[in-house]
Amino acid sequence: MTVVAARSDRTLGAVGVSKRFGDRVALRDVSFATARGELVAVIGPNGAGKTTLLSILAGIQSPDGGHVTRPERPIGWVPQHPAIYSKLSVAENLRLFARLERLADPQAAVTRMLAQIGLADRAGDEVGTLSGGNCQRVNIAVGLLADPPALLLDEPSASLDPRQRERLWKFVTGLAAGGTTVVFSTHDVQEAERHADRVLVLADGELLFDGTTDALHQRAGAPGGDFEAAFVRFLHDRGH
Amino acid sequence: MRWLIVKDLQILRRSPLLVGLLIAYPIAIAVLVGLALSKGPDKPKVAVLNDLPASQRIVDLGGERIDLARYARLLNASVDTVAVSTRAQALAKVRSGEALAALIIPADIASKLAAGGLDQSRIEVVYNVEDPVKARFVESTINARVADANLALSRKFSQVAAQYIRLLLDGGRFNVLGSDFNVLGLRNAKTILDGALAGLPAGAPARVGLQQVDRFAGLAIDNLGLSDRFLASVSRPIAVKRTVAAGRRTPLDEFAVAVSVTLSLMLVTVLLAAGLLALEREEHAFGRLVRGLVSRLALLGAKVALAAACAVVVSGLMLAGIGAFVTLDWSRAPLWLLALAAGACAFAALGVAIGGLAREVRAASLLALLLSLPVAFLALVPSGSVSAGLYDVVRVVSAAFPFKPALDALAAALSGGGMVAPLAHLAILTLAFGAIARLALRRLA
Repeated sequence: MTVVAARSDRTLGAVGVSKRFGDRVALRDVSFATARGELVAVIGPNGAGKTTLLSILAGIQSPDGGHVTRPERPIGWVPQHPAIYSKLSVAENLRLFARLERLADPQAAVTRMLAQIGLADRAGDEVGTLSGGNCQRVNIAVGLLADPPALLLDEPSASLDPRQRERLWKFVTGLAAGGTTVVFSTHDVQEAERHADRVLVLADGELLFDGTTDALHQRAGAPGGDFEAAFVRFLHDRGH
Repeated sequence: MRWLIVKDLQILRRSPLLVGLLIAYPIAIAVLVGLALSKGPDKPKVAVLNDLPASQRIVDLGGERIDLARYARLLNASVDTVAVSTRAQALAKVRSGEALAALIIPADIASKLAAGGLDQSRIEVVYNVEDPVKARFVESTINARVADANLALSRKFSQVAAQYIRLLLDGGRFNVLGSDFNVLGLRNAKTILDGALAGLPAGAPARVGLQQVDRFAGLAIDNLGLSDRFLASVSRPIAVKRTVAAGRRTPLDEFAVAVSVTLSLMLVTVLLAAGLLALEREEHAFGRLVRGLVSRLALLGAKVALAAACAVVVSGLMLAGIGAFVTLDWSRAPLWLLALAAGACAFAALGVAIGGLAREVRAASLLALLLSLPVAFLALVPSGSVSAGLYDVVRVVSAAFPFKPALDALAAALSGGGMVAPLAHLAILTLAFGAIARLALRRLA
């Protein structure tokens, strides 16, 4: 995989990225770039290639073509399902990943993240005993341990109730406000409209749109209306 | 790698039921197999109807006394005998299943034996064949005991026949039905004939006939003189000389120990290694770990190291525990550990290959059991018990998995013998299964 160190204002991006799984094309010549502190949503129907794009950006999969631009420091990765150990406590999970990240002071990082995700009072609880929302907070905290310049979130609000979603987005928008670039995928287009600075619309592995939600309204020919309806109309007009 | 091992130990510490099962199950299986190998089957119950009067239980054969009760005691050592008083009772016990067979000893067996086998003695065996395995065991046990009795009796008969022949040769006193007879004997007869011939004139008419009788006596003396050895060979036509052509002689107890400990080592290691790797996928942590935090090889190394270390501790303690009951050469303990460590590494490599292919803990555990147990039992199939072609297949399959070389290494460590070949075999299998596991990790991403 080709990885290019990004310029200071371009923290993360893709240039002509393609990926195939056998005969199926998962991504076709996808290019985009992000800016520092930007909150970018990747939306699209099922099988559009959202998770594949994020996993290539995260470095878990390699592209068959094109390359990824990344900042010099490692980026954070938060998979859709909490990638933490249910038999370990919240603090033990954070401490383990802090040590694996080779942080200079793992315990300080654990203390900082516990305060940041608001779970200091449950630091000793096994993750398996936490609610889905709290698990997701720990999952995100692990992705943020090394204080990455960019964070990738794959469907972060899936399986969360509305109250937990609200707390999650408050946390994520706070990160972006602090300068962390956040790229997230979601099925919930209204969530994208509400929180994202910019949306990438993927369908059948093709990047159909890269811009603000207002621009997508305009492109769909339904300015000021319901964003979900505009999104569906946009896809329909392009044969999806 | 160190922190991954610490993390896995923490997870194991918080899963006491799983760890308990992981230790108890392999040990239980191993102990059962070890006991089955080192102990014979339970003694089946056999009803015995002995119609032979107590006064006739010692048979006199030409002055040799045979105690028939001695052969009954030999039977008692192999089967659990239940005395019955009638044939109907014997049959009822067999039909009801209370006894697996009935042995009926007729009243006339002593008189027939005493008559020198002119009228063959017979005993009757009634079987219950509801359990074919036990029936086969009872049949072979009774056949073996009857063969022992036949061998002993034929020796006695041979000795009696030899006594008669010696009497014919050398002469002496002979008792028939309480009356003593004096037998002249061929040698004495020939001496008398030689004396008579010497006193006859050269042309005497009786001389030709007496010379013929004298030659016959000489011929009979020469040939009957060999009869002792001939009769001895008749009573035992084939003697057995035992020679070990291949393999080393491992006492059955030590072999049973090696089998049970290797079985335990295999189950603990394979289940643990497979489960620990599959757990990374099940917890969705694999992708996060290999994103630069840990290399795939280091991840495999951590799982192999932890599973092998735990299994060596468990099986080492098991071996030490067995040592309290079975005599083991403790001066060879370093070799035991070497064999256990080499076997554990190969089993752990197999385990991570399974864990990588199965991806889920439950599927990995199931696959580990489904694969390990048949491979272990195949490795215990002795040559000659199946056809040559099938045995070749069994050998190839056994060689492709670590159980057989691990067993060979441990058996050699316990009782002596070359360890280099099995250890080299285990090293090759460790590398091969490690490579398969590394390829399988692509599926986990």
